[in-house]
Amino acid sequence: MSTQKEVLVDPIFNNNPIALQVLGICSALAVTISMSQTLVMCAAVIFVTTMSNVAVSLVRNRVPTSIRIIVQMTIIASLVIVVDQVLQAVAYDISKSLSVFVGLIITNCIVMGRAEAFAMQNGPYLSALDGFGNALGYSVILIGVALIREPLGSGTFMGYEIMPTVSNGGWYYTNGMLLLSPSAFFIIGLFIWAIRAWKPEQVEEAEYEIAPNEQYQEAI
Amino acid sequence: MSSFDKDSLSNTFIVAIGICLVCSIVVSGIAVALKPTQQANKLLDQKQNILRAAGLLGQDSNVDDQGRNVDELFAEFDVRVVDLDSGEYRDDLDPDSFDPIRAAKDPDMSRPLSDSEDPATLRRRENASIVYIKRSEGEIDKVVIPVRGYGLWGTLFGYLALDSDLQTISGLGFYSHKETPGLGGEVDNSSWKASWPGTQLYNDQGEPDVRLVKRRSPAGSTAAQYEIDALSGATFTTRGVENLVNFWTGEMGFGPYLKRLKASA
Repeated sequence: MSTQKEVLVDPIFNNNPIALQVLGICSALAVTISMSQTLVMCAAVIFVTTMSNVAVSLVRNRVPTSIRIIVQMTIIASLVIVVDQVLQAVAYDISKSLSVFVGLIITNCIVMGRAEAFAMQNGPYLSALDGFGNALGYSVILIGVALIREPLGSGTFMGYEIMPTVSNGGWYYTNGMLLLSPSAFFIIGLFIWAIRAWKPEQVEEAEYEIAPNEQYQEAI
Repeated sequence: MSSFDKDSLSNTFIVAIGICLVCSIVVSGIAVALKPTQQANKLLDQKQNILRAAGLLGQDSNVDDQGRNVDELFAEFDVRVVDLDSGEYRDDLDPDSFDPIRAAKDPDMSRPLSDSEDPATLRRRENASIVYIKRSEGEIDKVVIPVRGYGLWGTLFGYLALDSDLQTISGLGFYSHKETPGLGGEVDNSSWKASWPGTQLYNDQGEPDVRLVKRRSPAGSTAAQYEIDALSGATFTTRGVENLVNFWTGEMGFGPYLKRLKASA
């Protein structure tokens, strides 16, 4: 019981794929400009990661070691195309702006990483929980970033105006930098700082330390 | 179980072929099953863009103020294919299946543009394109033409709507662009778009002369009728919009057609 819970909950804060492993941040930069896009992207990643973990786990004892990466890629790519096609059919407006990034889920390191690191060694049920948990960890960070970027960047939330912007005759000067990708880097950096301040065991050991200047006397 | 070797050559082939088969069946099954819905979405989206450019449909709503939906509103439009050089209708091309943007890539259906002819940086222009004409009681009410041109990061695609006199702009809307959000992306801003209706298109020489300017001429002057406020912080996008409007309504664009339509009205 405890392992199931660990597998599901650990990736959210203790072993977050973005904050601790720093994986999959490319899409975190691109889609967090608006909340509705972010939510759709998170749903897509949750679906793909969970289903690919289950599928890889089901075939794990049959797949030859030499072609395992290709098999995982094929499964993930098929799932991503399915998601993209479904989005185009049910949420056309969102898919227009998201289509490129949905396609890029294939290259999202989290999906592939979980398939290779977890699903290849564990049963389908645990793998499903692991995929879901990791995608949830990814989603938590993305939603957090979008929560900052959308209101401050364009004065809206979920597309509804919460702070009337100057260009629409209101008072709020939008922060243009938050609409550009680099701002997500700063926000994710601040999140990582916050999480590591809360859980100091996540702080990495320094790999080296600059030695003190021993030639001090010679310099004089 | 001991006799099963998952790394054997035969198993490798079996797994590879099996995975490919299953995945391709899933993907193609989904794609085929969803295709009708996707195409309906695309068509509906296009109609909405045309109606929004013409000011017949609100930015975020799917019905007009009298509660008519997109299909009902669009039914009032007459869709025709137009030969851009002669300005005549082309009845040999089916307006429902003809795609001007695809035609522009086909050497048989388009022509290259020299640098001087090409302010909107299109490189090739299709020989025929589509117009959407709304008539009421036999008289032309609105004409909507597809426009496109290069901004800062990529091509802007949109529709330009003209009033019945074919001289006054009735609206401009872009359905696809790659401009910077907050700067050039403000081409989608509804209050900026609201400054387009009423702008005059052709000057006394009969050339399209829309100008996007930093400071508008005094209200009431002749020049002010041709002017639109530029987008601040988006010089390239602004220049691109100005060029594409003037290109598509000019001699190389729909100019000959609009002239012919005006003469016959």
